[in-house]
Amino acid sequence: MSDTATPAADGDAIAGEPLLDLLNGFIAELREAGLPVSLTENLDAMAAIRHIPLEDREAFKYALAATLVKNNAHWRSFETVFEVYFSLRGAKYGLDEEGLESELDDLLDDERDGPGEGGSGSDGQGGGQALTPEELQQLLFQAMMKGDSSLMRAIARQAVKRFAGMEPGRPVGGTYYLYRTLRNLDLDNLLERMMQAQREQAAADGQEMTPLEERLEQDELEHRINELKQEIEAEIRRRLVADRGVEAMAKTLRKPLPEDVDFMHASREEMVGLRKALIPLTRRLAVRLARKRRHNRRGPLDFRRTVRASLSYGGVPAEPKFRHPRPHKPEIFVIADISGSVAAFARFTLMLVYAISGQFSKVRSFVFIDGIDEVTSYFEGVEDVTEAVHRVNTEADVVWVDGHSDYGHAFEVFHNKWGKEIGPKTTVIILGDARNNYHASQSWVIKEMQHKARHVYWLNPEPKSYWDTGDSIVGDYGAHCDGVYECRNLRQLEKFVETLT
Amino acid sequence: MTEPRFESIPAVREGLRKVDYLADEGIAGIVYLADRLQKPILVEGPAGTGKTQLAKSVAEMIGARLIRLQCYEGLDEAKALYEWNYKKQLLRIQATGDGDSWSEVEDDLFSDDFLLERPLLEAIRAEDPVVLLIDEVDRVEVETEALLLEILSDYQVSIPELGTVQAKQIPLVFLTSNNTRELSEALKRRCLFLHVDYPDMEREKEIVLTKVPDITENLADQVARIVRSLRQLELKKSPSVSETLDWANTLMLLGIEQVDAETASGTANILLKYQSDIAKAVREFAADKQGMKQFAPGPK
Repeated sequence: MSDTATPAADGDAIAGEPLLDLLNGFIAELREAGLPVSLTENLDAMAAIRHIPLEDREAFKYALAATLVKNNAHWRSFETVFEVYFSLRGAKYGLDEEGLESELDDLLDDERDGPGEGGSGSDGQGGGQALTPEELQQLLFQAMMKGDSSLMRAIARQAVKRFAGMEPGRPVGGTYYLYRTLRNLDLDNLLERMMQAQREQAAADGQEMTPLEERLEQDELEHRINELKQEIEAEIRRRLVADRGVEAMAKTLRKPLPEDVDFMHASREEMVGLRKALIPLTRRLAVRLARKRRHNRRGPLDFRRTVRASLSYGGVPAEPKFRHPRPHKPEIFVIADISGSVAAFARFTLMLVYAISGQFSKVRSFVFIDGIDEVTSYFEGVEDVTEAVHRVNTEADVVWVDGHSDYGHAFEVFHNKWGKEIGPKTTVIILGDARNNYHASQSWVIKEMQHKARHVYWLNPEPKSYWDTGDSIVGDYGAHCDGVYECRNLRQLEKFVETLT
Repeated sequence: MTEPRFESIPAVREGLRKVDYLADEGIAGIVYLADRLQKPILVEGPAGTGKTQLAKSVAEMIGARLIRLQCYEGLDEAKALYEWNYKKQLLRIQATGDGDSWSEVEDDLFSDDFLLERPLLEAIRAEDPVVLLIDEVDRVEVETEALLLEILSDYQVSIPELGTVQAKQIPLVFLTSNNTRELSEALKRRCLFLHVDYPDMEREKEIVLTKVPDITENLADQVARIVRSLRQLELKKSPSVSETLDWANTLMLLGIEQVDAETASGTANILLKYQSDIAKAVREFAADKQGMKQFAPGPK
């Protein structure tokens, strides 16, 4: 299909830089970002791109991905690094200011020639630059309504150029430029306007839009707006890379993999990623635990059955029979601090524990801030754990005085109300950072628990180095627990839950 | 050794389209690469996105025989690779006259005649073009994975009594996984990795159009749109492509030409398999404009 597919042409095809060096840098960066890329995979990638026409960027990208990324959760990280490394390579993708203008011009001309669609009022001289912001808005509106992606891309580039106000060497992050661009484009308003236009369109055709249609239409438009946003982000990134160089940019954009995201400092976007990662994780965990249980089937020798079986061998016990051990299913008490800073952590742990609740004989959950409340009923007969967790956060009665964490008081109340229900089968899991706002610790409650319960574990979402600093008294409580674990991310949480059963 | 099967990536895409499989850029690219690099493809993704179908379609496209190994817990060598036909071996021993010396019998016992081929060996020894599909590889235990490693990297099987069997021709190999557990590094390293996700709306619409006979463009569009909206909700199980097709077929059977909230709610049980998901979807379908406004990001 193409003449550049031969390895010989590699060197020139990518902006003059020897391909080998470039790829090595790329792979080093992937490893920095936490992706496990082995040497053989590296070689595979080299072999793969020899078969791919280099000017086909998508194919190039997929070839690298197929050989280097073996876990879908790592795809995002890969994509980011790829964008940084290869966004400026190749003639079509470079920063071509002249081209940008003429590109928009061409598209604009097409637009005007298009049937029925009125021009945006400009007389076509000078192209994009001559457009007033209002005209650009109008153009964007039309592009979005029609879902014309090439026009959208051109507008995105134009918008960044004009609104982001990027200055070379200015030490601000991409988010700042993104914010400035988006503010000028006013996308929320745009959505509203488009919906309005759709409704009018429908009304003009003589039929009202049903709620369903309206919803679908809105989803479609939101989808297009999202595409536009991504386009803008990509453009900003391209320009930043041009300004700062590849290595610096890759470093600033480096993001932790979902399983390494810190619960306590996750951004909203990362939270969404975490939630998505949680679902397959629970499924995996459930399968693994069930398997583990099935495989531990060997119990002690069943004497009676062995003798019975020996009869068919003339009394020789050739086939020993074993008793099936009764699977031990622990009863779980989760006691979780849901005050501000650790709420996200409690939420994830509750979701995870309930998602695999089939592995436990019973799960009871309690949440506290300074007061404590049992929330087990919220989860009963509910298929949708997310919904239940949401109710826990909004409805549980957990504030006693001022809504600042008071572990001591919460534990005391727990002891008085439910302490007797802890038995030798119970495993108690306490979630929290043990930042007690200098209240009394009442750690005797934990001691009592440990006496009665099978195990008491404490999961702390703070890094270990912060423990017992300031008002954290995790050491006081930890002295009476069977284990205190640092649990900052999904990886650690998963590991802990697996040891539970 | 083996001639490349495909000319270029677009050629793969076109070929797959001819057998009614709509591949996107990534899928076509990786199938092409797998052929050129002679590496297996590990296909991963949610259930019902056409992972197995991909292998079948590729086989159909190149006119090869599909050899399928369905994995399950407890799969072993005897089921995956080969087995000695010991009954026949016993008969052979019994049939031994005095004339045969023991060494002759022994040589004879472990010859091809007594070997039962299982899928992996069959694929290796096949003379005609074959596509090997190792389905749901995540179901076998980690230890059993090791069985596959030799065949995946060197396309050979070692049988102690017979020696090493080399592949006559390198087959295209597909492994599928539903990701119920992490596969071992060793296995992943030997494969090209392909994640097949739910298709985007345009592609899904095309799939519906190709796979559901006589469906109108308009209905297919609506189906694809509704399914996309559903997938954006937080559901226990998002509708898969096969469920989308089932639904489209149902709508055709019911003679529906325009999906409204009522039909959508009434037939949601075909798309969704959990009561709570269905309830959520019905709520979403029926949400009136007031409700919509609350979720819509209004002007600041």
